[in-house]
Amino acid sequence: MTHPLRGKTAIVGMGVAGMGEAPGFSAMELLGQSVRAALDDAGLALSDIDGVFAATASHAFASMSVTEYLGLRPRFFDSTNIGGASFEMHLLQAALALDAGLCDVALIAYGSNQRTAGGRLVSMSEPQWHEIPYGYRHPITAYAMAAGRHMHQYGTTREDLAEVAVAARAWANLNPDAFARGALTREEVLASRMISDPLTTGDCCLVTDGAAACLMVRADRARDFPGAPVYLLGAAGANWHRSIQAMPDLTVTAASESGPRAFEMAGLSRADVDLVMLYDAFTINTILFLEDLGFCPKGEGGRFVRDGHIAPGGALAVNTNGGGLSCVHPGMYGMFLIAESVAQIRGAAGDRQLPRADIALLHGNGGALSSQVTAFLGSAATL
Amino acid sequence: MSDQTESTAHAGPQQIYEAFLAEGRFMIQRSRSTGEYVFYPKVMAPSGAVDLDWVAPSGLGTIYAITVNRRREGAHNVALVTLDEGVRMMTTIAGVETLPIGARVRAQVETGETPRIVFVPLGTVPQEAGA
Repeated sequence: MTHPLRGKTAIVGMGVAGMGEAPGFSAMELLGQSVRAALDDAGLALSDIDGVFAATASHAFASMSVTEYLGLRPRFFDSTNIGGASFEMHLLQAALALDAGLCDVALIAYGSNQRTAGGRLVSMSEPQWHEIPYGYRHPITAYAMAAGRHMHQYGTTREDLAEVAVAARAWANLNPDAFARGALTREEVLASRMISDPLTTGDCCLVTDGAAACLMVRADRARDFPGAPVYLLGAAGANWHRSIQAMPDLTVTAASESGPRAFEMAGLSRADVDLVMLYDAFTINTILFLEDLGFCPKGEGGRFVRDGHIAPGGALAVNTNGGGLSCVHPGMYGMFLIAESVAQIRGAAGDRQLPRADIALLHGNGGALSSQVTAFLGSAATL
Repeated sequence: MSDQTESTAHAGPQQIYEAFLAEGRFMIQRSRSTGEYVFYPKVMAPSGAVDLDWVAPSGLGTIYAITVNRRREGAHNVALVTLDEGVRMMTTIAGVETLPIGARVRAQVETGETPRIVFVPLGTVPQEAGA
């Protein structure tokens, strides 16, 4: 049974701006540039946009700010902010609004200048009262605890975590837009500065500038645009907690629920997936999501990533842009999962282009392993 | 067992919890009808029950997860401890850099400007209250 939303909408324009470092530009200016790039890609006019979906790390009312800055008058708008997974949820919400005829051209956008504005992770996430007395450091404390727990329960090692960073860098070295390029060895990751045991600086995502925007329309007109349309085949979220204290089991994320739900909606199985884009804020994320999305059994993620299994030339193509670890991570990374999936499915990924890229799985993560949203994008061949 | 101080009877669970802490007492909630323990304090248990009494937990627990946050100013551990009553809380293990997952610990009220519950390795001689 095909879900009624499967393939009903498509991304017809994609734009990025300020990837890495963009000194002198504000978050909204970078976001605006990425919207311009997406419009040029789609051959659409700014005034065509009548649906606005946005979340940023610096705007409380993001869709309002974007609407005003661009001079739009949207019929439908949404500022759902569930951290880094916001944009995968926006894909689903935009599909719902488009399918219901509540808007005709949906914009999803993000922008941040947090590298040049301060060089530290910017987050609007408010401290939790029951965590304040203990020096909880958002978000690394939570992810470090999950990594430690995974090591304790399953024998995962720091070397396994380092393999994730090394694979990400190897992909980044094929991507001219990636911020962190150059040789990186497992030993270098292991020797980098410990920040929150067992995570070193080498286990942490970048803090960069960057913006990305995409434009979605209903499938019935998706072929009327210059670029190949990239169809939304399914999307589903799951959320069990806000703070790490309330996460039932630190080794099992809600991706174990969002994944199966999204697979069912898209009518796909794991063998169909050509590209896996996982939100790698920390090296442990990749391991947890590979397990929770069923690419390996629970507890086997550490062994799964060994020997270049997810690196270029490996058995499974994971985070081909270099990920949040080596490509770009301007605070909220979810929009860049979409950007890389679109590039691969369109065959526009240059040296890192996969021989076959018809179906991409995107998995967004937000908060303290809290919000989990899995989505599938596919080429026209997948309809 | 119901235990509610006169001054906090009409306050919300967070304020009541903090008032107990300021008095040097570690209290958590338990539903009279379902027996479930609740932490952090809430107006409703996960089952939906609202008949929540304040009870003193045993104070014993096990380290579920722990990390050492390392900064130039120094290092401190942040831990998740599962109380023997089954609920989990964020805390820190006092007096040590870290402890292994699974280690048994005992709660201690640390009073002062921001009263808080810390834990010490089981077997540690109880400290006088005070930060």
